[in-house]
Amino acid sequence: MVREVDLTLGEGEFLCVVGPTGCGKSTLLNLVAGLLSPSAGTVLIDDEPLTGIHPAVGYLFQADALLPWRDALENVALGLRFRGVPRQEAEAEAHAWLQRVGLAGAARRYPHQLSGGMKKRVALAQVLAVNPRILLMDEPLAALDVQTRAQMENQLLRLWAQDRRSVIFITHDLEEAIALGDRVIVMSAGPSSRPVGSHVIDLPRPREVEEIRMTPRFLELQREIWRQLRREVHAGQDGAGGWPA
Amino acid sequence: MRSGKDRLWPWQLALLAVMLLLWHGLTAREILPSFFFGRPLLVWAVLRQWFASGLIYPHLGVTLLETLLAFVCGTLLGILAGMWLGLSPRLARLLDPYVKAVNAMPRVVLAPIFAMWFGLGVGSKVALGITLVFFGVFFNVLQGIREVSPVVLANARLLGASRAQLLRHVYWPAATSWVFSSLHTSVGMAFVGAVVGEYLGSARGVGYLILQAEGVFDINAVIAGIVVLTVCALLLDALVTRVERRLLVWRPTPASTTLAEPR
Repeated sequence: MVREVDLTLGEGEFLCVVGPTGCGKSTLLNLVAGLLSPSAGTVLIDDEPLTGIHPAVGYLFQADALLPWRDALENVALGLRFRGVPRQEAEAEAHAWLQRVGLAGAARRYPHQLSGGMKKRVALAQVLAVNPRILLMDEPLAALDVQTRAQMENQLLRLWAQDRRSVIFITHDLEEAIALGDRVIVMSAGPSSRPVGSHVIDLPRPREVEEIRMTPRFLELQREIWRQLRREVHAGQDGAGGWPA
Repeated sequence: MRSGKDRLWPWQLALLAVMLLLWHGLTAREILPSFFFGRPLLVWAVLRQWFASGLIYPHLGVTLLETLLAFVCGTLLGILAGMWLGLSPRLARLLDPYVKAVNAMPRVVLAPIFAMWFGLGVGSKVALGITLVFFGVFFNVLQGIREVSPVVLANARLLGASRAQLLRHVYWPAATSWVFSSLHTSVGMAFVGAVVGEYLGSARGVGYLILQAEGVFDINAVIAGIVVLTVCALLLDALVTRVERRLLVWRPTPASTTLAEPR
């Protein structure tokens, strides 16, 4: 699916990956998460080859990944409980995280009682609560409506700015990639996909996603990356996958 | 929905009254022979006599004990077997034809065998009830384990869950939630096992009472026995509904999905 991938994620870097659908962006992420093992090559974390799941890696999924039979608070505390933190301590910590994502009032609600955006925020709190140094996100906001999405993007940036974890953020939305990232990687079209471009995003931080989108530098970057992306999209349409309309 | 229910119950009661009156009228004038169809007032008299004399209680107690034992044992065995086969797909594939065969077999015919093995007491009825309860629970749990969302599973693993923690926090709740969805059927099955077992050979129980009454062509007592069983089944079902509501708060119900209020 993916080949000749040679990527290095810097400490505290927010790396965005864009590419046509079916180019193996998720495969890449699952390799880094240790959910898949590469058929050739290695994934190194702190210069150590990765074998299986690494405790320093957190993963925010696109689909709902909360336990439906646990309320928001218990879900956020889950990772800490798995790591042997006593219940009271874990729940106090979880409560603090729920507060940080603005959901302290919804602690006792079950996932089915939360809206899509709220569920995403609980999931974010859940993954951040275990304090991962590397955070992987697989189109986490793709299912949200436009307003909720912009709100979540800003919240994500604010939370990230507090402790600057290393992030790999996968998206098919170029605007989102530029608005959030320090660097944008463009993947070539499938079936054997590889990174074909790396663009440094030199927009100032802190950013407000709705405002930064209007700045001339943003538009310039967008034009530049889109030129490259478009070639891959057309290649993809001639080949296997395609770019979503 | 609630207001609709409130408005309906008087009509439902009226319907019952009409049917009882019709039954009474038809059998009192012998349009329907009362020898075969019984008479509501005589059925009522039998019921009153059973409860007033206390004759019914030991029989009812035995039937309910058998139901409870069959339900608890059958459910536990079903959960264990379902989780085991759900987590070892190879074993499940190996045993698949046998599971299907045993499930397809009309298991009520096992009653005489159980009577030979376990005697005419409580044991043979519980055994029959277990074979009836087991499969419903087993298939539900198997399905529940197989349908655990791979994303939920991957997420739990990435959050650091060990194999034992996955079992406890992911597989077990997934499996038991499916058990609850089959709880109504399971209780019903356990009850059927108890009564059919008694009916086929016993010395006690409501099924035995019915069998005795049939032996002397006392149709009113037979109907009284059926009434007792029906009321018991309805009460058990209501109990299950209450337990279910208490234990499955996390689950979306058609009424609660629209209002996002916490309880």
